[in-house]
Parts: sequence; C-alpha cells; structure tokens
Amino acid sequence: MIVGIPLMQILLFGYAINFDVRDLDAAVVDDARTSHSRALVADLQATGVIVLRPPSPGLSDLRRRMESGEISVGIVIPNDFERRRLGNDRAVAQILVNGSEPMIDAVARGLASVPLPVRAGDYRSRTPVFEVRTEYNPERRTAVQIVPALIGVILNMTMVIFTAAAIVRERERGNLELLIATPIRSWELMAGKLIPYVLIGLIQTTLILTVGARIFDVPINGSLLDLYLAAALFIAATLTLGLVISTFARTQFQAFQLSFLTLLPSILLSGFMFPFDGMPPLARMIAQALPLTHFVEMIRAILLRGAPLAAMQVPAMKLGAFLVIALAIATLRFHKRLD
Amino acid sequence: MNAVPQAIAPAGETEHAIRARGLTRRFGHVTAVDGIDLDIPRARIYGFLGPNGSGKSTSIRMLCGLLQPSAGTVNVLGHEMPRDAEPLRTRLGYMTQKFSLWDDLTVSENLQFMGQVFGLPAQRRRARVAVVVEEFDLASLFKQRAGTLSGGQRQRLALAAATLHEPELLLLDEPTSAVDPQSRRDFWESLFDLVARGVTILVSTHYMDEAERCHELAILASGRIVAQGPPQQLMAEIPAAVVEVEAADTVAARRALVMDASVLSVAQLGTRLHVLIDPATPEPETRVLQRLRAASVAAQSTLVRASLEDVFVAATGFGRAAGPAAGLRPSCCSGSLRSRPRKCGNWPATGSRSA
Ligand SMILES: Nc1ncnc2c1ncn2[C@@H]1O[C@H](COP(=O)(O)OP(=O)(O)OP(=O)(O)O)[C@@H](O)[C@H]1O
Ligand SMILES: [Mg+2]
Repeated sequence: MIVGIPLMQILLFGYAINFDVRDLDAAVVDDARTSHSRALVADLQATGVIVLRPPSPGLSDLRRRMESGEISVGIVIPNDFERRRLGNDRAVAQILVNGSEPMIDAVARGLASVPLPVRAGDYRSRTPVFEVRTEYNPERRTAVQIVPALIGVILNMTMVIFTAAAIVRERERGNLELLIATPIRSWELMAGKLIPYVLIGLIQTTLILTVGARIFDVPINGSLLDLYLAAALFIAATLTLGLVISTFARTQFQAFQLSFLTLLPSILLSGFMFPFDGMPPLARMIAQALPLTHFVEMIRAILLRGAPLAAMQVPAMKLGAFLVIALAIATLRFHKRLD
Repeated sequence: MNAVPQAIAPAGETEHAIRARGLTRRFGHVTAVDGIDLDIPRARIYGFLGPNGSGKSTSIRMLCGLLQPSAGTVNVLGHEMPRDAEPLRTRLGYMTQKFSLWDDLTVSENLQFMGQVFGLPAQRRRARVAVVVEEFDLASLFKQRAGTLSGGQRQRLALAAATLHEPELLLLDEPTSAVDPQSRRDFWESLFDLVARGVTILVSTHYMDEAERCHELAILASGRIVAQGPPQQLMAEIPAAVVEVEAADTVAARRALVMDASVLSVAQLGTRLHVLIDPATPEPETRVLQRLRAASVAAQSTLVRASLEDVFVAATGFGRAAGPAAGLRPSCCSGSLRSRPRKCGNWPATGSRSA
C-alpha cells in the first residue's frame, strides 16, 4: 500500500500527462478539390499533429461533428482556394479548433505555423497560410474550458467522499448495526443515504454554474434541462461509486483513502486539465472507466458547444453502464448483516 | 435446561422464545462462540454473564440474525434464523452494546425516526412515543440532543427505542454498562414490567447483582456456556465449599492457603478472605483453620453460602491452571453446572486478585 500505490501513480501520471499533444482528430471540408488542396491536406497530416477522419461534405456537418466532440480540428479549404493561393493577401484555408478543451488550441495554432514542404505550392513565402478560428471560446479563456468541467470535479469530490465516509461513519458508530436490525429494506437504506446527496449535488451544480456564468462569463449555450439530466446521471454514478467504496472500507480513514485513490486519476486523466490526445493507451483505458471522463465530455459539449443530449449518447451510455455495474456491486456487497 | 443436545421441536410457539443448538461462530481462526445450546423460556429474563470477549455480543448478534452462524441452528419465536430474520424484525427489539442512536438528533427525533423505520402508522407512532417517554422518564429530555445525554439517560432512550414497536423478544447487550446503581435499579424495574406483559428478555451483563436478578442464567467463558440454570440453583450446586476467613494478617493467611492443594481460589474482601475449597474435603472450615494454625496465622473461619461470584469463579476454572479444576468435574452436582479443563492464563484473575 505505502510503496506500491505512489509508485503506480508516479509511473501512470508521469507517462500520461503529456503536453506534447499529437494525433488530434480532424476532418476536412475540401471545396476546392484540386491537386494542390489535396497536397496541402497531406502535408498537414504528415506533421503528425492531426489524424484525418473521413472528410465532411460541408461546413455544417463539420461543425456538428465538432459539436459532438468527434473531431477537435476542422480544416476548411474554400472553393476559391487556387485564387487565394496565387494571390498574396488572404489566407488560403481555414483551421477551426475546438476551443472548449484545454491545450488543443495552442497545438492547432502550432499546426498553422508548421513549415510545409514545397511541393504543395509556393506558400512558404507568404503569411499567414491559414486563418485559425477558435470555436466556442473565441477569446481563448482558460475559465471557459475549466469551469464547466469543474462542476464535475467538485461533484465527484463531494459525492464519492461524502457518501463513502457517511456510510462508514454510521458503521463505525454502530448506527448501521441498529438500522439493519429493523425491518427497513436494503434498498430503502441505500436510497435514504443517497437521495439527500442527489439534492446537494444539484444545488452544487446550480451554484457553480451561476458563479461560472456571472463571474467567469462562461457561456451557457445548450439546454439547461439537458445539463441537469447529465448532472443527475453523473451524480448517481459517483454516489454509487461512494457506496461501493463504503462496502470495502472498514474505517472512515480507509474510506477517505479509497476515495482519493479514485479522485486523483479522475482529475488528471478525465480530460479536465490535459487532453486525451497526448495520453498512452493504458491511461485512456483507465480514463474510460472513470465517470468524470464522460461527464466532462458531456458538459463541455452541452454547455459550451450547445450540443443536444441526443448527440451525447456514447458518453451517456458509458456513464449509464458505470452506474449499472457499480450498483450491482454495491447491492451484492451491501447486506443487512454484519459479516 | 437439559445439557444434552436434542433435535429442535417444530415451532415451540408457546414454549420457548429461543432455542439454539451447537451455535458456533468463528472469525478467522478465533472461535468467538463455540457450540452453545440455549433454551430460553417465554416471558422470562435470561442472562448472559461472562467476561470481556467471552462471546456474549457475538451470540446475541447471531440470535437476532445479524451474523451468520458458522455452525449450529437457531430458532427464534418459532422461526429459523437467520433465514427468517426479516419477517421477525418487527417482533424483535435489539439494543446494541454501544449507544447506536443518532447523537445529532434529539430524543424526540430519534424516537420518531425509529418508529418510522419500524413502519408504525403516524397515529400509533405518536401514541407509542408518548407511552415510552412516560415509561422511561424522558419527558424532560424530549428536545435534548442524544449526544448530550448522560450514560443512564442514553440507556433509557435506547431501551425506549428498542421497545417502541412492542417487540415480543428483547435482546439487550450490556444495557447497563456505565450506569449508576440507582439508574440500574430503575432500569431493571422497567425490565420486570416488560416481562410482566409477556415480553421475553435476553440480557448480557458483567454485573453479578444483575445476573442474580435473572430468572435463568448462562455463564459464558471463551465462547462456551460453562454453567447454566437459575441463579439460586447455580449457587446451591456450586462444585466447591465456600469458607470465609477473618485474619489479622491477611497476606500471610493468603500465602498459607494458596499452598493447600484443596484450596481452589482465594479472594480478599477487606479484612476477610473468601476461600473456595474442593467439595470432597471433609469439614472445609476446620481444614482451613488447621492450615492457618500450621502457618501460625491467627484466624477465624465460617462456612458460608456461595455467592454468584463464587459460581462464576468456579465455572470459569477458579482463575488458575487446570490442575485443581480438573479434579472437580461435576461428580458432585447436576449436569446444569459443568466445568471443563481450561488453558492456563486464559482468564481474568477474578478469583485470585492480589490484595
Ligand atoms: N467482527 C469480528 N471479527 C473478528 N473477531 C471478532 C469480531 N467480533 C468479535 N470478535 C472476537 O470474538 C470474541 C468474542 O467477542 P464478543 O464481542 O462477542 O465478546 P463479548 O462477550 O461481547 O465481550 P464484551 O463484554 O467486551 O462486550 C472476541 O475474542 C472478539 O475479539
Ligand atoms: Mg459485547
């Protein structure tokens, strides 16, 4: 415990936290369809910063894919690409960047200044080749990226630790022994412990949202209903995680320890501070098992990119799957017995 | 009160509140309860007397279905435990050893909450809360937070909560630890009131005076029942003679007596010595005097009636090695009082306290 866990953490986080972001998901709208435009796209891909997904037929499709989080970078080559390329005053193409996630913007801007090989044309001599647009966060403020995800981090912290510690405290104090000797049913006992925290969680969400909008000018582009539904799902998932922890921890101290053990990877690997695109596969897999990852994805999409909940089916399903599995574990382990 | 294990008779609804056979519970390699048999009659107070760690709490938890027995069977109010634990919940009242109500709720809130948990309809709940508040003298504490109550007040509240739903069987785990003698008396008055209404009570205790008030008693040691029966009978059938010695020099008297092979235990009470002697010894009080005279200690001795403490000391192996106790297997008394060979030093030195 004392040696193994820090060692595991330093190795995991040391490799996982990586500012050298590569392989951003990207898609192209090529309205020019010339050999030069194709060469330009090939050059961009050759930098290794982006990985090209299937092209989009038009700008609106590209935006929708960015909105749902499928791509982080969009490359738009206008139909007057050839004229622009030969002229010298306008950018030849546009790069759209998802500004709702940290660090992607800086990386994509780096992309715009990457020296491109000559074969794609003679645009070395001119600047700028690209016009970079940061979508959803044109002023490129960190608060816009951090505050929505912070709702998730704060909820995660409160929900997991509070429930785990609250239940273990009742066990330590003997309240639970008294309760399980009454006709109360297991699910009533669990629901009774969880429902107050769902309310606390929704109040916290409202509070952070209000402060975020008022003080940090975070835009609320999506539907509030969608946002609260996503928050409720996330709260349920984290509460259940707390419940699972409570069935393993014998003391409050252990409950805290176990909660922190889930909290640190949640903060570091969920995409809250660092993009996944720089992480090794193991870290990404761990991130997939953490509810915060999916909530951060959902809340940024809903709040900043105005995506409807319907476009968030994949993270919502993953969060739902986490909830179901955790609930099954908790129910199996939570008996009305002392042994 | 039969010591020989028997098959459990089907649903002894009228006869016994609790029957257990070979009840055993192990925690890892520790055997907390080791094959106990119980027949607890209805509308009686049955006591568990035993030192710390003798398995009282573990037994009670198995009897109310909170712990799964490692072996053995339990029948409570005609139902198998722990299988039928849930349907029996409303008929059982359990008072934990440690105060387990909510410190940050008031007396009234705690009672209301327990009433709700037991599913009492609002009207009956109000009525019952009023009754137990009256019965356990909680009116003046009604709005006080449970965490700020004194030890005795807490016990009253806990008993009130345990009886709120009018259970037929009450399991009380050391309900009077940390309670002053007057409060204990009052508490026991309440218990007898409940018994008069037909409630069966199982109570565990460390106190001899409380054990003596029970209709029937089991003395537990290291997870086994070492003696079982009504207290009067246990005292009458103690496998030892009890001699009280009045000596000027108690230290010398004590030293002389423990040398004697027939002396099983010596305990000092002020200026007197309380001596347990092998019952096979003829005229034990004379034997003691001879012993003391030989060691030139001036003393007087009288044969006295055994107290429950003597029974406890005898049942738990006289607080010393197996030697003398081994010679004392119940050839002289009924099967209800059984001693058994013990490991050395497993016992709190109840019987041979040094002065
Ligand atoms: N959950 C547990 N895990 C491991 N050992 C246990 C557990 N509960 C009890 N024991 C052990 O079982 C034995 C009997 O404990 P129990 O609590 O039943 O004693 P007791 O007679 O109630 O003692 P006390 O008078 O101190 O309350 C002890 O040795 C104790 O250490
Ligand atoms: Mg106990």
